[in-house]
Amino acid sequence: MELAAAKMIGAGLACFALIGAGIGIGNIFANYLAGALRNPGAAASQTTNLLLGFALCEATGLFGLVVALLILFAF
Amino acid sequence: MAGENPMEQFAVRPLIEAPLFELGGHPIYFTNQALLMVLVTLLSASFLTLVVKPGRLVPTRSQSVAEISYKFVSDMIHSTTGSDGLRFFPFVFTLFIFVLCCNFFGMIPGGFTVTSQIAVTFALAGLVMLTVIFVGFAKHGIGFLKLFVPHAPWYLLILLIPIEFISFMTRPISLSVRLFANMLAGHTMLAVFAGFVVSLGAAGGLLSGLAIAPLALMVGIFMLELLVAFLQAYVFAVLTCIYLNEALHLHDQH
Repeated sequence: MELAAAKMIGAGLACFALIGAGIGIGNIFANYLAGALRNPGAAASQTTNLLLGFALCEATGLFGLVVALLILFAF
Repeated sequence: MAGENPMEQFAVRPLIEAPLFELGGHPIYFTNQALLMVLVTLLSASFLTLVVKPGRLVPTRSQSVAEISYKFVSDMIHSTTGSDGLRFFPFVFTLFIFVLCCNFFGMIPGGFTVTSQIAVTFALAGLVMLTVIFVGFAKHGIGFLKLFVPHAPWYLLILLIPIEFISFMTRPISLSVRLFANMLAGHTMLAVFAGFVVSLGAAGGLLSGLAIAPLALMVGIFMLELLVAFLQAYVFAVLTCIYLNEALHLHDQH
């Protein structure tokens, strides 16, 4: 197989990591909403943890994207 | 223009043909990235210092911006690190304002996003981790290594200490790649959709009318990118505070 074709396939496969990011982000916001609807008074105190959790989760997915870009453009 | 590579926007180009000076055999140019960094530093520093000069008790709107951002970062440090972390307020505030303004300046059409370069974000993350290590050893001496020893029975520690060590060592990587990948992905998406608008518009006939769809999507993504710019700056600063807290108070629960 040519290198260019293998690169394309590899980059496409590396993007599967974003599935996990989607599930994780949905998870964290779903749990925040469930908690906030049960106890609205405590919701504001957890926004820091919410945004932190969202960013950490998105970062893990974006690591996969970085691998895809590395394959496409650095090798 | 329609076939332009969406990654072209991230090219770092020298603005002046001749190199400024040589450093270890490498010529140092004044690039578009350097210009943006100089602009960000000058504009943010001058704005923040000039608007608080009169120091009115009832602030003007610009003075409010400076005061609100001060309080925002101060509260963030206080809630994660406690009051002895306020020593690091200048450091965290500078990081926050620099990353925030670099992200926002990148949203200007035709502008260059400084934080979309892994060199810049890794330098910032490396600075944060070196500060954390330095502060930890300065405060606790060799006892700082107790950071890697969580409260667990001895048979779990054999497994936990390497895991803790590896997770500590990957922090600068995750910190830098998080910011870099978010900025890169956002701007690449904008460039790709802009290419769609141009291709559809140039196709002529019915397809030219359809070009309104990617354009509307781009407006939405632009708003999302503004949110992501602020959020990534906030997360960078918050994680800096959390790592500093771990260095200052090793495993103490308050």
